[in-house]
Order: sequence, then C-alpha cells, then structure tokens
Amino acid sequence: MSDASPAEAPRPATAIFVNIGERTNVTGSAKFKKLILAGDFEAALHVARQQVESGAQIIDINMDEAMLDSEASMVKFLNLIAAEPDISRVPVMIDSSKWSVIEAGLKCVQGKPIVNSISMKEGEEAFIAQAKKVKRYGAAVVVMAFDEKGQADTEERKVEICTKSYKILTEKVGIAPEDIIFDPNIFAVATGIEEHNNYAIDFINATRRIRATLPHAHVSGGVSNISFSFRGNEQVREAMHSVFLYHAIKAGMDMGIVNAGQLAVYEDIPAELKERAEDVILNRRPDATDRLLEIAEKYKAGAGAAKVADLSWRNADVNKRLAHALVNGITDFIDADTEEARAAAEARGGRPLEVIEGPLMDGMNIVGDLFGAGKMFLPQVVKSARVMKKSVAYLIPFIEVEKAKNAALGIVDASKNNGKILLATVKGDVHDIGKNIVGVVLQCNNYEVVDLGVMVSCAKILEAAREVKADIIGLSGLITPSLDEMAYVAREMQREGFTVPLLIGGATTSKVHTAVKIAPGYSQSTVYVPDASRAVGVAGNLMSMQNKHTYTAEVKADYERMREAHARQQQSKKRQSIAAARTNRTKIDWKAHTPEKPRMMGITILEDYDLAELVRTIDWTPFFQTWELAGQFPAILKDPVVGKTAQNLYNDAQSMLQRLVGEKWLTANAVVGFWPANSTGDDIELYTDASRKKVLTTLHTLRQQMVRDSDRARANMALADFVAPKETGVSDYIGGFAVTAGIGLEKKVAEFERDHDDYNSILVKALADRLAESFAERMHQRVRKEFWGYVADETLANEELIAEKYRGIRPAPGYPACPDHTEKALLWKLLDAKTNAGITLTDSFAMWPAASVSGFYFAHPQAEYFGVGKIERDQVEEYAARKGMSVADVERWLASSLNYDPLQAASAS
Amino acid sequence: MPLSSSSPDRDQRTAALLAALEKRILVLDGAMGTMIQRHKLDEAGYRGKRFVNHPKDVKGNNDLLILSQPQIILDIHRAYLEAGADIIETNTFSSTTIAQADYGMEALVYELNFEGAKLARQAADEYTKKTPEKPRFVAGAIGPTNRTASISPDVNDPAFRNVTFDELRVAFRQQVEGLVAGGADLILAETIIDTLNAKACLFAIDEFFEESGIRLPVMISGTITDQSGRILSGQTAEAFWNSLRHVKPLSIGLNCALGAAQLRPYVAELSRVADVLVSAYPNAGLPNAFGEYDELPHTTAGHVGGWAKDGLVNIVGGCCGTTPDHIKAICESVTGVAPRKPPKPATTMRLSGLEPFQLAS
Repeated sequence: MSDASPAEAPRPATAIFVNIGERTNVTGSAKFKKLILAGDFEAALHVARQQVESGAQIIDINMDEAMLDSEASMVKFLNLIAAEPDISRVPVMIDSSKWSVIEAGLKCVQGKPIVNSISMKEGEEAFIAQAKKVKRYGAAVVVMAFDEKGQADTEERKVEICTKSYKILTEKVGIAPEDIIFDPNIFAVATGIEEHNNYAIDFINATRRIRATLPHAHVSGGVSNISFSFRGNEQVREAMHSVFLYHAIKAGMDMGIVNAGQLAVYEDIPAELKERAEDVILNRRPDATDRLLEIAEKYKAGAGAAKVADLSWRNADVNKRLAHALVNGITDFIDADTEEARAAAEARGGRPLEVIEGPLMDGMNIVGDLFGAGKMFLPQVVKSARVMKKSVAYLIPFIEVEKAKNAALGIVDASKNNGKILLATVKGDVHDIGKNIVGVVLQCNNYEVVDLGVMVSCAKILEAAREVKADIIGLSGLITPSLDEMAYVAREMQREGFTVPLLIGGATTSKVHTAVKIAPGYSQSTVYVPDASRAVGVAGNLMSMQNKHTYTAEVKADYERMREAHARQQQSKKRQSIAAARTNRTKIDWKAHTPEKPRMMGITILEDYDLAELVRTIDWTPFFQTWELAGQFPAILKDPVVGKTAQNLYNDAQSMLQRLVGEKWLTANAVVGFWPANSTGDDIELYTDASRKKVLTTLHTLRQQMVRDSDRARANMALADFVAPKETGVSDYIGGFAVTAGIGLEKKVAEFERDHDDYNSILVKALADRLAESFAERMHQRVRKEFWGYVADETLANEELIAEKYRGIRPAPGYPACPDHTEKALLWKLLDAKTNAGITLTDSFAMWPAASVSGFYFAHPQAEYFGVGKIERDQVEEYAARKGMSVADVERWLASSLNYDPLQAASAS
Repeated sequence: MPLSSSSPDRDQRTAALLAALEKRILVLDGAMGTMIQRHKLDEAGYRGKRFVNHPKDVKGNNDLLILSQPQIILDIHRAYLEAGADIIETNTFSSTTIAQADYGMEALVYELNFEGAKLARQAADEYTKKTPEKPRFVAGAIGPTNRTASISPDVNDPAFRNVTFDELRVAFRQQVEGLVAGGADLILAETIIDTLNAKACLFAIDEFFEESGIRLPVMISGTITDQSGRILSGQTAEAFWNSLRHVKPLSIGLNCALGAAQLRPYVAELSRVADVLVSAYPNAGLPNAFGEYDELPHTTAGHVGGWAKDGLVNIVGGCCGTTPDHIKAICESVTGVAPRKPPKPATTMRLSGLEPFQLAS
C-alpha cells in the first residue's frame, strides 16, 4: 500500500490502490516548500525524482503558497519535469485550490494528468464550466464532496453530492466515469467533539456506497486529516492512517494522498495501539478517544482546513453576474442573464427599462470608475460596451412593447440618462475612429449618444442638435482643415443662439487651438477633450447642476490665460522674410549627383494588391496609439501595466487579419507615377516628356521662414530644394502616389455595427488604416528598388523601414513638409487616382476611403522630412499669386501654418 | 462564423465515410512532397506570379503551391485518386502561422487552408462523380508545426519553451477554420512529434466544433521517430493513445519516420489498446545513403497488406517517398480484406506520463 514497486510492474502499470505522495506539494512538505520559495528548482526536481524512484505511480504537484506566483511556479516545475524522462514517465496530479493554477498546469503536460480538484462549491454552473475544460484538456479529475451548502460531513451528504456530481459529469459534461475520482472528505476524528467521532465511518460507508452505485468512479482522500488531533505524536498518527486505510480500501477507496513516511504497516502496529486506534476509527465505543489518549500524549488541535476552491462569478446573483460580464467583457451568458433580470423586474411589477437603469448601469459605472482609475484600458471598455449593447438589444423588443402599451394609454415615456450628446466628424473629414471610441465610452457612462457620422455639414449638425435636443455637441476631426470648420461651427452656434456646451476633439485639435481659435467664437462653454478617457469627466462636469458653473468658469479662465500666453509667444516667434529664407535654401551640389531616371516613367497601376504582403510590414505602434495604449511595439506587449490588454488586442487583431486576408474583406489599390521635373524657385515643374519643353503641371512648395542661427548650419527648407533647379540643366524627376486599403471597409463596418459590435468595427477600421500605411511603406520600398530603382539593392529589416532609414522621402500634402491640402488636387489630376485606384477627394481634400495614403516621391540623398512651421504673410501673398488663388483662400487652407492673424493683417493693410 | 452548422452535403459525406469504413479498409493517398519534387520547381516556380515580390525565399514552402501553382497540386490529388485513394490529404501540412513564419507568410494561413481544402474537394468530387460506388473524401491535414511545446530548444534552459499551448491552440484554430470552410470532410492531425502540440490542436478543434456546431470526424496520427518505439517527445504508443483518447477520434494511428517493416510492432500495439479505428501510413522504407526512398511499391504494399490480413488496421496509405504506384499497389493489397474490429477494452482509468498507467475500476 505504500508507493508500490515499479520494477516488476507490468506495462501498463495497473494498480488497485494508488498512494499519491505529498513530497512535491508545498502544502504537504515543508522541505519542498522551502526549496521552491528559495527558487532551488534543481533540488526540488531531485525530490520529485526520488519520489518516482521510490515507487510513486503518480506525483502530486501543488504550489499553493501565498508567497509564490503559484501559476508561474507550476508551469516552471512541470516544464522542468518534462525534460526529465525518469520523472515524467509517471502521470502527474495537478493540485491547486485555484483553477487558474490548474489550467496553467494543464497546458504543460503531454501526458494525461489528474486535476485535483473541482467541486460544486460555487454551484453547478461553475462546476460544469471547469469540468468541460478538464475534459477538453484530457485529464482525469478529483471531485470534492462539496456544494454550496458546504463540505459534506455525513455519509448521506457525501453520497448525495457525489451522486449528483457523477450525474452531471457523465450526463451533462460527458466525462468518462472511470476518469472521475471522488474525494468524500476525510475529517479529523478523536477531536473531543462528539459529532466528529463518526467521521471515519461516514467516509468508509460513503465510499462503499459510491463504489457500489456509481460505476467505474474512484474514491480518494487526504488520509493525514484523520489524525489531526494527534499532531506531534507521529506513532499514533501512523497507526491511525494505517488502520483507516485498511478499512477504507476494503470499502473501495482506491487512491489516497498520504506521506509514505507517515504510514505504518498494518501488521506491524502494536496490538494495543492497533485496537485502540481501530476503536477510534470505527467509532466502536464511546470512550474510544479517551482510551487512545491514555496511551498517547495529549495533543489536541482543530480540524483540517477545508480546501478553498476559486470564486466563480456564475454563482452570484444576477445583478452581480451582469456587472461581472460588463467589467470582464463576457457576452456568453448575457442574453440569459438579461432575461433573468428582466423576468425578475417583471415579477415584481417593474419595467424592462429598470434592467438598464439598474444592474446594467451599475455595472457600467464600475467600468467607468475602473477606467477612470486606470484599472481598465480602452479595449476592455469597448468590450464592456459590446456586452452592454447586446444586453440592451435583448431588452429593446420588450421596451417597445411596453412603449406601445403606454402610448395606447396616453402615457409618455421619460427615460432617464445622464444626458444626450451629439457627435459628428465635421464636413470634409472622414476620420472617425477616435470619435467612435468617445461615443462608446460615453455610452458606457449612461449618456445617450447621437452619432451623425462623418463629413457632417455645420447646418446638419445644428439642425440635428435642435431636433434631438442635444445637451452637448461634440465635434471631431483629424485633418487640419477640420480645425477651421470647427471654428466655423462654433461661430454658427453663437449666431443661431445655441447655449449647449461644445466639445472639441480629434488628432489635430489642441487646447491652444480651441482656446485661441474656437472658444472666442462661442460665448458658451467650449471645451477641448484630449482623449476618450477625459470625455466622461468633461461631460459629467458640464451636465452637473452643482459643478457646471464653477467648471465652466474655470475652463474659461484657463483658456483666457492660454490666449494671453499664446499672444505673447506669437510676438516672440520671429520670422525672416521669404527672400532672406531663400538665400538659405538646402545646399545641394547638383554636379556631384546625377539623378537616376525612374525605370517606369508615367503611371503604374496596382489593382487588388495582395493584402498578405502588407500584413507583414504593419507598423503596430500607431495601432496601439489608436486605442490609447502608449508604448513601442513589441515592448508594449510585455508592459507591466497595459501589456495584457495590449496582448489581447494584438491577438484579436491577428485573428481578424487572418480572416480579413483570407476572405478578402478589403481591396487594396495603388497608383504611382513618375515625371521629368525641375524646380523653378520654390515651385516644381513637371514635364510632359523627356524633352522638358512642355509643362504638364506645376507643384507649389512652401519654405521655412524661421530665423536660423547665424552660422546657418540648418537651411530654410522647401521641398523644391530636393529637385534639381531648371538652370542647372540636370535632368531630374519626381514621383507621386496614392494607395488605399479601405475598399470594402464600409460594408464590413456596417456588418459589425448591425451586430452592435463596436469593438470589431473599430478594430477593422484601425487595421485598414494600418494596412494603408503599410501599403504606402511597401510601395515606397518598391519605388526605391524597382519602379524608380535608385537603390535596387536596398536590404532593410522592417524595424529599419519603420525608422525610415532609407534614401528618399514621400511627403504628403497636408502634412508638415507641405501643409497645403489643396496640392492634393494636382496630385489627383496627375495620377487620376479616382479612376486608377478608386480613391476620391472630399471638398476638404480628405481622401475617401479614409484608409488611404498619398504623397510625392523625392529621391535625392539629401531629401529629408521637415516641418514648414509658421509662415509669414509675404510668402502667403506670393504663394497665392503662384497658385492663382486669392490670399484669403490660401490663408483659410493654411490657417494653422500662419504666423499672423489674417483678420488683423487684413484690417491693418 | 461564415460556416453554417448544418450542411446536408457534409452530413451526407460523413455518413458515407462511416459506412465505407464499416465495410472495407480505406486507403489514404501517398506523399505530396515526393510528387512536388518531380516538378523540380525553382525559387521562381514556387513564387508563381503572385509572390514575385515576396521579400523572403519561399522555395521549399510546399503549401504555398496551393496558391502559386494550384494546377500542380490539383494534378497530384488527381493522380492519387486515379491510383485508388479513398481519402486525399490537403496540402496544408505547414499551413499554420507558426510554420509559415519561416517564410514570412503568416498572413496567408487562412487562405492556404481554405484554398487547399477547396482544391482537394474539387479533385475528390470529380472522382466521386466518376466512381459513385467509391466516394472520395478530403482529409484536412494538420502538421505538428516546427516547434514543440514539451521540449526546450535550449539545452541550457530546460524550462524554456519557444511555443506555448495557447499559441499553438490559436494557430491550429485558424487552420481548422480554413480547412472546414474550404470543404474538408475530416480533420487529420498527423506526424505528431509532441503530444502536447497535439493536445493543443485537438483542444482547438473541439472548441471550434462546439462554437460552430459543426462536428467532423478527426483522425490522429503520431510519429514514432526511431526504434525506441517512442514519439519524439518521449511517449510510448500506448501512453500517446491515453493522452488523446478523450477526444473520441475516428482513428488513432501512426505515420512517417519508419518504413512499414519497422512500424509494424507499434501499429500492433495501438491496434491492441485502441477502441477506435486504427490508421497507418508508413514511408517507402528507410531512406538510402542519399536520402532517397527506394522501396518498391510491391514491397510496401506487401507489408501493409500483411497488417490488413492480420486485422491490425482500418485505414492505410503512404507517407514520405510513396507515389501513386505505391498507393495503387496498397489498394490492391487490401482489397477484399475485412477491416479491423476495434476491441472493447476494460473500463479503467488510463493515465499517462511518458508511459501508460491504469487504475483498475
């Protein structure tokens, strides 16, 4: 009955009784615990090896110790064992009171192990869920006789719980009955408490009935518990273990956990001790305990501590379950739980809406609090919102029925929420990922969000705001022209007498811009919202009767200070004249470098480009920024704070990419072109052919006007500097491109939105953006190596590509090196990007689909990215003349690049 | 989930497969790699038109040919069907993100599996039409990946793993989804060199089945790597079976690494212990000094026919080095031979480490 001898054991080893040692169990072996706590895994392995060598048929591994990372220790030890064939030849028992530790262990063993243990302690549902996992991992399982009422102590309770568990496991879960091992709880006897006297008999009788009535199931138990009251008296304990096992095995117990060192041989126990121990175990006489005590030292102690199974949320009441589902973003049970809550509301005469206002809002408030406290991250919050939406979607038919009933009775429904917020991406702008996130976050916090979508005209925003009686209007935009449009909306709100607060957000917006350009146009609250996480706080303050006035006053004062500071700064931002700046242009020796002629002059179209090729070169860092997760990829995946969230998000993204590519959700097109070109001043002339006689079109570039140090180490750059001046006689070239990865995106987004799945909707958009960027990078690479071919032998890794360690640049109109969006019109004409790639331009020169990138190619080795910065009126006037536009128009398009206030300048002149 | 959980076609084919297995020994196809080698494709050949610009070398990425040279793969499928194979395997042995990482082609995984299953489906359907009395089936082939979850690649750090259960589970899940969507009739997890990888694979399959409502037969085939009689990760054949029998597969079996002569004792061992069908598809002998397989078709077929006559197998076929000629010979050798009847072993708890363990009930 001790660890049986393995040498002569037939293969496979077949046992009648298996003793599972406790020597690799931190709760059972002080020595092992010490080794593990000290991190001495080598010595710990030695313990395991000794155990197998001395005949253990199964080794129990337990790392439940408060000072340990139990999961990590379990994984490490099991991985180490896997590398030791003389240990890993026997099965393991993965032993923990924490399911997460068990599951981590199950992922490390190639053999078929035993899980120790699960029970109905947290109710049937959790029990079934864990049992299903056990089955899926392919393990046998120890089931404790434990239910919601507690640990079974009497024979009846033991049999009842085990029978019920057996039925569930074999009938509902489909676990093979021979893979079930019941632990009907061995409790201490001879404790001095009369009710405890029958515990051993209860166990033995229950064992007999379990073996008789539950076919193929096994019975196990922690034997040392029985003698707890004799701690310190090893001889008595050993005798008790031995006597107990002798009877329990006869009753059918076929597995046990006992330290082999704590086990006497039944036949070798002194007769007197054996008899008195047997009296105690079998509860044969009322004075049995006293008689055993007479011959043993008196040590009394409490009963063995019960094993604590992990908490299971499914067992909580429905409100707590809903809250848990929301916080953890679990949709699996949401319909059933919503129905339960709804039915409960109905039963007490309540309304379906109470489910939303009650448990769902409570749950979302928790989410909001955790998010505000930085304990949840945006992707998690969006998942929470998905759960919320599913639940609400379930309730809507019930609410509709109720509304119809009430309407028939003439009752008007007045549902409560924190307020109604109207959101829109302004006219000319198509970017909405950030806005959608804000919308979701606000909804999570019980705001009703009316989202007007993208490219919404000012008139439509104001009309809708009146119509829906919006409490707050939120404007979003990503491209620079949107800034002006927002200022315009603010002025229109003022003109039309609006009083509701105006929120400003989006990538190019800023507190300074809001304070200086937007807020002055609207006398009511105008607040800049830096990111989605702040939206709730801002909205909350603006909607609060108590805080509203103080908050508004504070913001106004803050913005006023900002305007003053800005004005002071403006004066100090000295610029030089455009004429002076031109004398400090980029110094390029055109005799030293002969520009390479592009291999493929004219237009090249690449339709339906292979998305798989673009996946590989995705730059992931901005992807995480979209979700407001800051950090460099891939380090962000290991970040102690956001790493787990980032990893989950990344996994979801990878899965979606597989389908996106495999099922061709999106179509990627590109058009690139190359033309003979020379610069004339700050313009670039493109020619119809190699004769360079006829000008095809003229591109206009802007020059930096900041005052440089006197040594002029840094030039005042313009993009025209990177193309050979006409007067040099050098034949130079320029390229242009437009790529998109967004064709088909709308359809996919609509599908997700139909399913209330904001998370995937945002995810697919974010991925399309990344693919478009990757496409632009890939095209640029192919331009360098093939189409233009000026560095045919370039070999750079993806990280180096992302770090732009290559020759040549691809600046885009609307970005720092050429802030004028209207140049995009010329590019579109050159490329016919609408026909050739399916990308159109909006009135504000934003590209549609939004997941598109365009720009120019410059190949000169000295070409570099730069920002034009603020420019002066002298350049603007000249530039307007070159472009044939009015100064006012140019000022409007370059509003954020002006180093002066056009209104003041106009009135001064 | 684009897949419908119920498909009359698929259900009908599953029923036909089970009915055929009742009646006779079914024959799998032979080596795909050997047949591909005959085309002597160079780098450009592997790339085809679509992957001309792929930044990494792809020569040797046989699965890629599904997309770059589908005609070649289709013709190989047809050659095996012509030789008499009942079940053909998709050319997707390495179509996981983990295995395709070597070629930088992770993004193609779903497509490879989807298209790979479609190609095999097309060929199988053609032949089912030709010989309706002998329906043909598509096994979605899943290789072990090139990483092992039980074995550290770093001898100095035995606790280290370069792939985790969860990474494998995710990768296999993607593969299975593609295979099923593309029309596979059954899933074949083959050439298992690490049982933990296989457990992750079967875990993913089971999850997929539960979530999609689709349930296909699953074949499991391990690889005994040498005469020690153990798979690479150290388990004996019976321990291997004990680790995986919980998924109630259609069949358990062995393939690759050894020739039929060397493989026989392990096939016999599985045949003795497994209460499901047994499959076995050996290499064409052991490779010669030049790494070539030169066992003649009738030699391989002689061994395999012997297994059949001794009642050891239900499904046979060929692995490395076998050709349509081998399959033709194997078909002939098992024609008319009754399939093995699985034993009904005693109900006992069967566990395993590297070795099997039983606790009598």
